[in-house]
Amino acid sequence: MDLENLNGLTGSEFIFEVEKRHIRQFAEAIGDLNPLYVDEEYAAKTSYGGIIAPPTFPIAIGQDSGESLDLGLDQRRMLHGEQEFIYNRPIRPWDILYCQMKVSDVYEREGRKGPMQFLVLDTEMKDESGELVVISRTNIIYRPLRGSHSPV
Amino acid sequence: MLIYEGLYEGQKLKSLIKPAVTKVQLVKYAGASGDFNPLHTDVAFAKEIGMQGVIAHGMLVMGFLGEYVMKLAGDTAMPSNFRMRFGAVTIPGDQITCSAFVNNVYEEKGQRFVRLDLIAEKEPEQVVGSGQVVLQFQ
Repeated sequence: MDLENLNGLTGSEFIFEVEKRHIRQFAEAIGDLNPLYVDEEYAAKTSYGGIIAPPTFPIAIGQDSGESLDLGLDQRRMLHGEQEFIYNRPIRPWDILYCQMKVSDVYEREGRKGPMQFLVLDTEMKDESGELVVISRTNIIYRPLRGSHSPV
Repeated sequence: MLIYEGLYEGQKLKSLIKPAVTKVQLVKYAGASGDFNPLHTDVAFAKEIGMQGVIAHGMLVMGFLGEYVMKLAGDTAMPSNFRMRFGAVTIPGDQITCSAFVNNVYEEKGQRFVRLDLIAEKEPEQVVGSGQVVLQFQ
């Protein structure tokens, strides 16, 4: 399959409302008890001025909303290789985020077992004023299925 | 907490040792992150696809590094870029150690930054994730 066709593919915009309880639940799952995420009184006295979400929280956005981009690819071949977050400002409770997924790059690299295909998926998140909050950039390795080699 | 003036290239920062990953934690993380791939929570499913058992979400390990970075940064510095490459798998029982080395201390457009190289290991030399964070000082 030629992944090149997917380059530039853009999903429809979806809205994500950030809840205080979700931030707490996310921090607790990591076992990260930083009061910046859960203690309003503490957070208000810091330079953040209030509660913020943990830095990897954006990964929870768009996961269960069914809004993710349908790439028509075989899930079993997709491997999460790298993750990057580009922050403009921290996410806060009550943020309403306008999100959009896009295939921002498709490329091939020579691996040990032959050419490997890569897909870069960006989710751009903006606030109500249209200001960028964060970009979540996922690098997916699209690997050949094991045992799927056809006999020569 | 990091102080800009006290940082120098090559400096190793104090590590963070996380309690061992548990199966319950993976269920909690699945719920909190919305990643319900049964590979992380369903032992029977994991074995069916040839694994020994469930494996942790790669993003949980990045979450550990995020915890570490935010502990280091306190409220004196704010992450502007944070990335990670996933390595060996993490399984329940693994104890992850997060470490950081100062890669670069620099000023740009009147703002002060530090770039840290990050490593998450389950055993010495067994890297489950490596990455970088750029922190911007207030």
